[in-house]
Amino acid sequence: MYKLLLSWRYLKSRYIALASIVSVTLGVATLIVVNSVMAGFSDEMHKRLHGILSDVVIRSHDLNGLPDPQWHMDEIQKLAGDQIEAMTAAIQIPAMINFRDNIQGQWITQPITLIGIDQQTYAGVSDFSEYLLHPDNRQQLDFLLKENDYGRGKKDRFPVSGWARRRVSAEWQTNAANAQTQQDGIDAADIPASPFPLVDDSGIEGQGETVEGLDNGVPGVPFQSVDEPELVFDPATEQHTGIVLGISICSVRGRDADGEVMDYYFALPGDDVKVTFPNTGQPPKAVSDSFTIVDFYESEMSEYDSSFAFVPLSKIQDLRGMVDIQSGVKSVSTIQLKLKEGADLNAVRDKLQARFPIQQFGYQIQTWRDMQGPLLAAVQLETTILNILLFLIIAVAGFGILATFFMIVVEKTRDVGILKSLGAPSGGVMSIFLGYGLSLGTVGSGVGLVLGLLFVDHINTIAGWIEQVTGQEVFDPTVYYFSQIPVIVNPVTCVWVVLGAIAIAVIASILPARKAAKLHPVEALRYE
Amino acid sequence: MSSAFELTYPETPRQDNETQDSLHPRLLTSPVVLQATGVTKSYRKGKVEVPVLNGVDIEVVEGEFQAIVGASGSGKSTLLHLLATLDKPDSGEIFFEDNRIDNLPAASRDILRNRYIGMIFQFYHLLPELTALENVLMPVMINHGVVSYMMQRWKFRKRAKELLDLVGLSHRLKHRPREMSGGEMQRVAIARSLMANPRLLLADEPTGNLDRAAGEEIMSIINELNSAYDVTIIMVTHDMSIAAQADRTVRLAEGRVESVSFQS
Repeated sequence: MYKLLLSWRYLKSRYIALASIVSVTLGVATLIVVNSVMAGFSDEMHKRLHGILSDVVIRSHDLNGLPDPQWHMDEIQKLAGDQIEAMTAAIQIPAMINFRDNIQGQWITQPITLIGIDQQTYAGVSDFSEYLLHPDNRQQLDFLLKENDYGRGKKDRFPVSGWARRRVSAEWQTNAANAQTQQDGIDAADIPASPFPLVDDSGIEGQGETVEGLDNGVPGVPFQSVDEPELVFDPATEQHTGIVLGISICSVRGRDADGEVMDYYFALPGDDVKVTFPNTGQPPKAVSDSFTIVDFYESEMSEYDSSFAFVPLSKIQDLRGMVDIQSGVKSVSTIQLKLKEGADLNAVRDKLQARFPIQQFGYQIQTWRDMQGPLLAAVQLETTILNILLFLIIAVAGFGILATFFMIVVEKTRDVGILKSLGAPSGGVMSIFLGYGLSLGTVGSGVGLVLGLLFVDHINTIAGWIEQVTGQEVFDPTVYYFSQIPVIVNPVTCVWVVLGAIAIAVIASILPARKAAKLHPVEALRYE
Repeated sequence: MSSAFELTYPETPRQDNETQDSLHPRLLTSPVVLQATGVTKSYRKGKVEVPVLNGVDIEVVEGEFQAIVGASGSGKSTLLHLLATLDKPDSGEIFFEDNRIDNLPAASRDILRNRYIGMIFQFYHLLPELTALENVLMPVMINHGVVSYMMQRWKFRKRAKELLDLVGLSHRLKHRPREMSGGEMQRVAIARSLMANPRLLLADEPTGNLDRAAGEEIMSIINELNSAYDVTIIMVTHDMSIAAQADRTVRLAEGRVESVSFQS
């Protein structure tokens, strides 16, 4: 009984000891915040990574791809049909994209990964359609240009696009072309100014810039090279084959004059682009075709957003010549599977690998985790190292407790003598100080837990304050593509952190408690 | 036992007219509570052994008030600590009610101190974080676990309040030691020493740190405990006027019993 009473009274009366556990409190709070943020990041990453990647991918590296996809799909269905929710065939090839920058008027060339998809089944294997900007396309993609309304419900400041943009743009291009062909006696002022506010904000700055840029450059006729016969193609009413571009392929994120985060678009839905990619010839030759941007794709994974471009599967098959001459069956380069909830990814992968051995077929069969393994492992490693470092901080706090406790034991030497003279056993004296350490650890980590959870709960507000005070951006959305810091509080982690901190406090109090227990009662009583 | 008693103190010089050859008649038939024979103790200061007690024999009978006097450094406090089992003698034997206690294991000595021997000190030795009442309750708190204590706490608190009432501190239950005067703290210490209803009360200069009035108050309480409640008391003091109130006075000098005198 006296142990409880004295531990409690010491806790209440020794503020210096409470000061010594502030470090425990801070350590616990930091650990909880860091773990929650890391968990949030990695969960967000998993979602994004997995969102676009289907569960299992079978890929052929052969230029001709994987012949007779239907046969493969039937085989797969036979093999693991009970675990498969959806399946689609696709083509994935490296490609180059060219388009005209509508800010500077320059041609821009970018490497991309061109993916030919079957729009009916592709949405079934990944969250692809969720990331599209046009609300109709999010329901069902059809590779047709929409009138306008891009970004509705997602990016409400998205500039005018679609047919609304294409018609005006076509008119302006015709005028500009006419101006060029007439050549003589034309003032620069006669060339019509670009009709668009070319950034997603109708700020004066963007407009001025654009007009100036265009004044200096000579407008050309895009997408019509000299040696091609002139097509009878009316860009105001017709579109090329649709292409869905990753949003970062033709935009950059930056800040406007007020420091607001802002996207600048080089091209928008409604504009035409030219894509060049290898055909299946031996050796392969480059083929190109014009496409009309029908939508943007924004997964907020910069790796995907800056390289993926989606076009209809059959169009690529035709352009590349991926057709078996005898049977007329078109081939693909990948088959993507989505498994049912709770299915074992690795088991399905192993089954498929056994059925399509690499020696015979040369297919690479991977789960999405295999494909993003290094990235996921890096995040995991980062979390582990941070945890170790932060736990070392709490261990340092443990030494603080150790020192403070030694001081308290010295200060309480006489009390120990009194207790022993009253018949308290050494073990009892020891447990007073252990109990004291336990209660300090509990209070410290309890407060730390509450602080940490509060911090996590208001992390975005706090980041905002810090930005205001320091003028330094804590969480730069132009870098991370998240507008908010993602957090996930894992109760198990919290429990472990708190238990660990309490254990450190108790361990740190063992030595002082032993010292107290070993005090000789007579000497302790004499202690002044 | 009385013959052993005679042998232990062979030569008892008469001090004055008030002294006599043996204990007051009311104590002559009392059983021996505490007995020490040939107790030696020395302390080490660096490499030098400093002898403190060189073979002390002492005997205390039930209901007796015995004073141990001597100059500073005569070993009287050390002797008291040995009797209280706070320390072990180098040689010699100590018996409590015919049981040898100087070589008991630590756990048994803890129990002995907790339940059978009460102690009061010159510097009161109250726990500063606890109130007067909690200080008095300390011995039973040590003796009982949480559950057992909580089940009997009303009984314990009643007794503690009665004891504080006995020493005249019923109005000071919730006060901390630093809010009390020296005399009051010593009275709390007395109440604490009686809490476990001990057979023996050991007092180490209980008035040594108090002014005259407070010291007399404490002495009157101790005398009352001895006469009205028959508490056996061994008191170390250097104040001869206090020693004169005892039934028997043992004078120590240079680690030996120099003389024993009896008052009527």
